[in-house]
Amino acid sequence: MSDQLDLGKLIFGRLTWESFPFHDPIIVATFIMVALGGIALVVAVTRAGLWGYLWREWFTSIDHKRIGVMYMILGIVMLLRGFADAIMMRIQQAIAFGDSMGYLPPDHYDQIFTAHGVIMIFFVAMPFVVGLMNYIVPLQIGARDVAFPFLNNFSFWMTASGAILVMVSLFVGEFAKSGWLAYPPLTGILQSPGVGVDYYIWALQIAGVGTLLSGVNFVVTIVKMRAPGMTLMKMPVFVWTALCTNILIVAAFPILTAVLGLLSLDRYLDMNFFTNDLGGNAMMYVNLIWIWGHPEVYILILPVFGVFSEIVATYSGKRLFGYSSMVYATVVITILSYLVWLHHFFTMGSGATVNSFFGITTMIISIPTGAKVFNWLFTMYRGRIRFDVPMLWTVGFMVTFVIGGMTGVLLAVPPADFVLHNSLFLIAHFHNVIIGGVVFGVFAAITYWYPKVTGYKIDEFWGKLTFWFWLIGFYLAFMPLYVLGLMGVTRRMSQFDDPSLQIWFQIALVGAILIGIGIICFLLQFYVSYKKRDQLRDETGDPWDGRTLEWSTTSPPPQYNFAFTPRVHDNDAWWQMKANGYQHPKSGFEPIHMPKNTAAGVVIAGISTVLGFALIWHMWLLAGVSFAGLLGAIIVHTFNYKRDYYIPVEEVEKVELQRGEVIA
Amino acid sequence: MISLDLGKDYRFCRGAAIGQIVQFTLPVDCRKVCPRYQQPDRNVAMFKLTNLSKALIIAALVPALSGCNWVVMSPSGDIASQQADLIIWATILMLIIVVPVIALTFWFAWRYRASNRDAKYSPDWDHSTHLELVIWAAPLAIIIALGAMTWVSTHQLDPYRPLSRLDEGKPIPEGVEPLVVEVVAMDWKWLFFYPEYDMAVVNELAAPLDRPIKFKITATTMMNSFFIPALAGQIYAMGGMETKLHAVINEVGVYDGFSANYSGAGFNGMRFKFHGMEEADFEQWVSKVKGEGDALTRSVYKELEKPSEREPVRYYSTVMPDLYHKILNRCVDPGTLCMEDMMSGHKHAAHKRESKQESMPAVAGHHEH
Repeated sequence: MSDQLDLGKLIFGRLTWESFPFHDPIIVATFIMVALGGIALVVAVTRAGLWGYLWREWFTSIDHKRIGVMYMILGIVMLLRGFADAIMMRIQQAIAFGDSMGYLPPDHYDQIFTAHGVIMIFFVAMPFVVGLMNYIVPLQIGARDVAFPFLNNFSFWMTASGAILVMVSLFVGEFAKSGWLAYPPLTGILQSPGVGVDYYIWALQIAGVGTLLSGVNFVVTIVKMRAPGMTLMKMPVFVWTALCTNILIVAAFPILTAVLGLLSLDRYLDMNFFTNDLGGNAMMYVNLIWIWGHPEVYILILPVFGVFSEIVATYSGKRLFGYSSMVYATVVITILSYLVWLHHFFTMGSGATVNSFFGITTMIISIPTGAKVFNWLFTMYRGRIRFDVPMLWTVGFMVTFVIGGMTGVLLAVPPADFVLHNSLFLIAHFHNVIIGGVVFGVFAAITYWYPKVTGYKIDEFWGKLTFWFWLIGFYLAFMPLYVLGLMGVTRRMSQFDDPSLQIWFQIALVGAILIGIGIICFLLQFYVSYKKRDQLRDETGDPWDGRTLEWSTTSPPPQYNFAFTPRVHDNDAWWQMKANGYQHPKSGFEPIHMPKNTAAGVVIAGISTVLGFALIWHMWLLAGVSFAGLLGAIIVHTFNYKRDYYIPVEEVEKVELQRGEVIA
Repeated sequence: MISLDLGKDYRFCRGAAIGQIVQFTLPVDCRKVCPRYQQPDRNVAMFKLTNLSKALIIAALVPALSGCNWVVMSPSGDIASQQADLIIWATILMLIIVVPVIALTFWFAWRYRASNRDAKYSPDWDHSTHLELVIWAAPLAIIIALGAMTWVSTHQLDPYRPLSRLDEGKPIPEGVEPLVVEVVAMDWKWLFFYPEYDMAVVNELAAPLDRPIKFKITATTMMNSFFIPALAGQIYAMGGMETKLHAVINEVGVYDGFSANYSGAGFNGMRFKFHGMEEADFEQWVSKVKGEGDALTRSVYKELEKPSEREPVRYYSTVMPDLYHKILNRCVDPGTLCMEDMMSGHKHAAHKRESKQESMPAVAGHHEH
């Protein structure tokens, strides 16, 4: 900063008219579409007079079910953005051969692949997984909410705040051109002086706070709030996987926060943690970010393993085979996930012994994972399998995931990795496990639990259409990338010379288009199901002949979930209750103690967004003011003593007896 | 000791070699791509019956793993060939478990469908100790085998380890010293020093057949990865640090080399051609560089160091003394302190590591005189 105080700089920092990408017609068109869509949405909500309802019942809600749904909606919205990036890359790579440079200059292309990775992991997969845990875990353990309901709302809004910053970067300034893990020295201030990397840092820092707190919340909820009788070894497998995932979150996310903090110090205060000169070392960043990054992969996949365990048992009409073996496998994976991070950079020059160690630990993870696959198989064995849509996803997953697992183990062999690292083979591998695992699992879960959330099932036809388009689209889009990897094609290329590669990219583009149709079907299924909700309605609360406690309550569950806390005697608690002729009680209700809604989460996260924006653009005045505002809002919230209330007994009675009538 | 070699002729053109044995019809372009195929007599002679079983197993993977123009699977250097063989063997090992799992998934899904009332239904059957043992032991057995293979091959194919042979059954003759090439990844081009000839080249690399090459690799700013798929696996190039790679090229040809680690705006054009040449042709190439090139002085280097994209090939007939060493130690500018002098306390440790031929990328500071 200059000696005399420059007021304009103090207020606007680095932001000028040139920061807005008017020069890029693609972005301008996108902006116009997003703006029109946004205006249409605002007008529609206003005309329907829904703002008050949304604010009171959703935005400020501390009900874990509402928050879970909001996470899922965030995930779906960001999936559209992430997929738009994906299809743009696919088109570019399918046409940019020889003299053709494609339609995206490297400057734009590099932002797109970075945004695609960041969005898909942090703002699609994470919200999906956290949203599922939010909705299902308290119901499965027979609790009325999570341990810290306000924190849960706050966590959601912090995640949303990170997503907002990434979206803002599309229209104000630029996003990072660094790849989704932003390795220095490329992301140092010398090589990336722009705001892109700062958007990356602050979006992830703010969302990271949300994720970390959500992890703390769920660990405490699962440890402390299980229904009486539900010992650890009687928890549903989904709860087990959620517990392990949240332990991983609590242990891993602080590392991400720390390493991004160090990178910010390099960028903002000229420190030299990861620079080439003055004793800095970028290898430290690469190590640290993967010490977070590898557990992150398991944070995503473990809950999905839980989902499949629930689904395969339910639709096979059979107890899950090898429950305890499943639990131990989950715990072993949790621990091992911390001992493998170096396999992401065998090629950075570690010695053969170090590389072999990390290669072999990686392979060892495939043993419990393999055991899980066998357990699902033998749950199907001698079952009576109903092929509803969630079960289709499960079978699709089992076949696809073992292929992805196999290529993953192959990449864990260091000499093989030396030729496959950073190639499209690697890209094919992790999409194979993330789409074939996480996405299939999340979509299975959405179809499976949708009647619990809304009271009616998803239309079968559109559900199946979604499945087949995704499945076939996935194979067409990613199998060619395995081939291209073996042809020595590296990742993150915006243009190619060798025309013999083009056909494979064209096949991949067709696959991506099919996935796009799958996404349209996925959205349409909600609309069609809503239209046909009277035909699809489920009034029992247990449409699939379920096994766990969430199916024992109504669909959708009352705000308090359970009028009486269930007693658990079996790990398939509801199955066992049904077998013993369980009747819902008709009397003896008591007032129910519930937490109260609060606006603090929206306010604090909103101010964090502003603070993040100010820090990105070096608007020091705004940064100071919003930081003070942030502290103020937090302090004010601590003086809020009106945090709970009782649902009167009459209301509980009314809800519960009404349900009795419906079922009878 | 586990042998990872499938026999020399697989790797020149696996599709062709296997085609000989199991009598597949070869795609026409295959013959063009694979020069070795044009010596069918020799191929057949190489394959004794012992190789037939191997060939049959691998035939199962054809064409999945053995397309002729898939450079990773049919490379031209001994190291990359061993890496390709390893990929095949590891895949075969894993398929032992993956294929039955996929088959069982479909079989159980069909057999135990709800509408099939003939199938047995045991809703409470959820445990079997015997089955559990198999479930855990089967993957464990595969991983033990694969783990052993990993340990051995990782040490054998360690890029820091000097070569122990030129090719299958071809030891290194007495007195052959490796050709040293010092590699610098710059924004966004490759600079190769040939200290033996006191010359340097931008964006072109050549080496004689069947002579070990020792690459010493560093970078000016960004982190890149030095990769010639036909020659050997990749290794990162990082500023202020040196990584190493040992390799040998066994076939005449022009191969692609590039950066395999995204390094910013000009990354896409950071490609070069690697020429595998007969000894005489290589000597000719050297004299061409010496004849056509200019001197690489400090000022020429400073100009070259500025970020640029898609640079043409350039030759430098002489090189300022110790330039690579100064780049590595980040002290090309006169008056700057070299990193090795800042850290002279570590010099001894660096020497010790070097002598073991196995280490993390050595922090600049050690200089081989």
